[in-house]
Amino acid sequence: MTNTLHRFSEHYAFEPRPDPRPVDDDFIVFAMATRGVNDDGLVEKYRTFARLALRHNPVNVGDATKGGIWRPQPRLNPLAHWKRDDRPDAERLVAEIDGHTTVAAVFSRREDMEAFVRDLVQADLGVSINIAAPMDAAAACCRAAGVVRHSVEYSLGFQGRVERLPEGAVLEISTMCGHGMVSHNFVKKMADWVREGRRTPAQAARYMARFCVCGVFNTARAERLFEKARTGGA
Amino acid sequence: MRIDEYRCVACGNCVSVCPVGAIYIDPAVGRARVNREECVECHACYRGMSKEHLYPPLVRAIRKAARALRFRFDPEPDICPTDALTPEVLEWPRIVRRAFSDPQVPHESTGIHGRGTAEVKTNDVTGRVKEGEAGFVIEFGRPGVGARFREIQEMTTALAALGVEFEKHNPVTSLMVDPERGLIREDVLGEKVLSAIVEVKTGIEQVPLLLRTIRQVSRRLETVVAVGVSTRCDAQGGEPLRAVLEREGYVPYRGKTNLGLARATVRAAAP
Repeated sequence: MTNTLHRFSEHYAFEPRPDPRPVDDDFIVFAMATRGVNDDGLVEKYRTFARLALRHNPVNVGDATKGGIWRPQPRLNPLAHWKRDDRPDAERLVAEIDGHTTVAAVFSRREDMEAFVRDLVQADLGVSINIAAPMDAAAACCRAAGVVRHSVEYSLGFQGRVERLPEGAVLEISTMCGHGMVSHNFVKKMADWVREGRRTPAQAARYMARFCVCGVFNTARAERLFEKARTGGA
Repeated sequence: MRIDEYRCVACGNCVSVCPVGAIYIDPAVGRARVNREECVECHACYRGMSKEHLYPPLVRAIRKAARALRFRFDPEPDICPTDALTPEVLEWPRIVRRAFSDPQVPHESTGIHGRGTAEVKTNDVTGRVKEGEAGFVIEFGRPGVGARFREIQEMTTALAALGVEFEKHNPVTSLMVDPERGLIREDVLGEKVLSAIVEVKTGIEQVPLLLRTIRQVSRRLETVVAVGVSTRCDAQGGEPLRAVLEREGYVPYRGKTNLGLARATVRAAAP
């Protein structure tokens, strides 16, 4: 389960760039219990994790078995095409955590991640806590929280028939659902719609987020990338 | 996955949301179709799209009238207006497509959702990867290309020849008939999945050899390969792996960091 490991950025471009733009708006923290080791009272541990995360301005929070704070709607009224309720539902997310899963929180600001990690250290939930982010940012976060890193896992990017992949601008968005539930074609379609003025970058980002079943899709970053696609700017 | 022919109104919304591009509109019948050979049974279309439950003949009539007048209705792009996507009951060997492609199906060999094990994410209590060791997660097919087990076997046989040991609780390992040679059971070799992960563990000193082997084999495949490498840090939080990866020409920019905050809290598991 590497759903947050291989998020594409200029660092992993197939034609290496001399000065790749740092990723400064995508930080994920997640909790995972181990069966028979620290899964006693795990529902409350996970709910505490989610509630603590909500204090620090997450752009998404997810339960891998239920979804994120944006979810597909199974019985929409046709009026949704004109006026759709697309508010995130964090309370539902917390209430529906009911057993073994992975709970994740996504932040677009490093300070928010760091504050959340400090809270987690204080809370001492006893389950495994991981950061998925640029490694230097994660290391700095550990130092700030007074934590010594236990283990690390590096993404080495993509190889093989990379010519079958779309351009980097699409990959940066689609790989934010590491399970591959956000299709390249949907990203391309929404980028076109944003350029044509048919949808806003925020709306496009929310459509994507509903497909990400773990809730690790970073809507703030997607919004920025759709805006960049709209204007063609850097 | 199949699309109910009565309900489908050929709105085309499901075409773009399919992660492997297996859905298309068949102009001969005016309905969406699923290319079963390419569909990986990930259920992204069925689960990810919101649903209306409109009366299909009415929707078809409105769409026909709008088309005749060259009107463009601008509907929400993530909705199936008539709930036409219909999951199938899958049988062996096709069922492995869903087990590896749908992240909400727990694989029976691991009990966790997804396509691999917990890797180093729970290393602070499992001790799976120790200091001086490297854990490899080699993922095939992602993002959005898909892979067949025949290609995955090319890699597993090459790795087995190096004497590596495959992670026992990994779903791909569970499909092997001969893990010492990396051979996967014949009846699933043609099955296509959105993603599958092979996990092996070696000493840090073997990392360059494995990376070169993976790179060589990847060039022969029709799919993409994403590699993650992990290790246990020392008492100061340092580790030698990053330098090895950089020497091999990789940019280890992003990854996961296990903070070491877990401990045994279940009474029987506590020391």
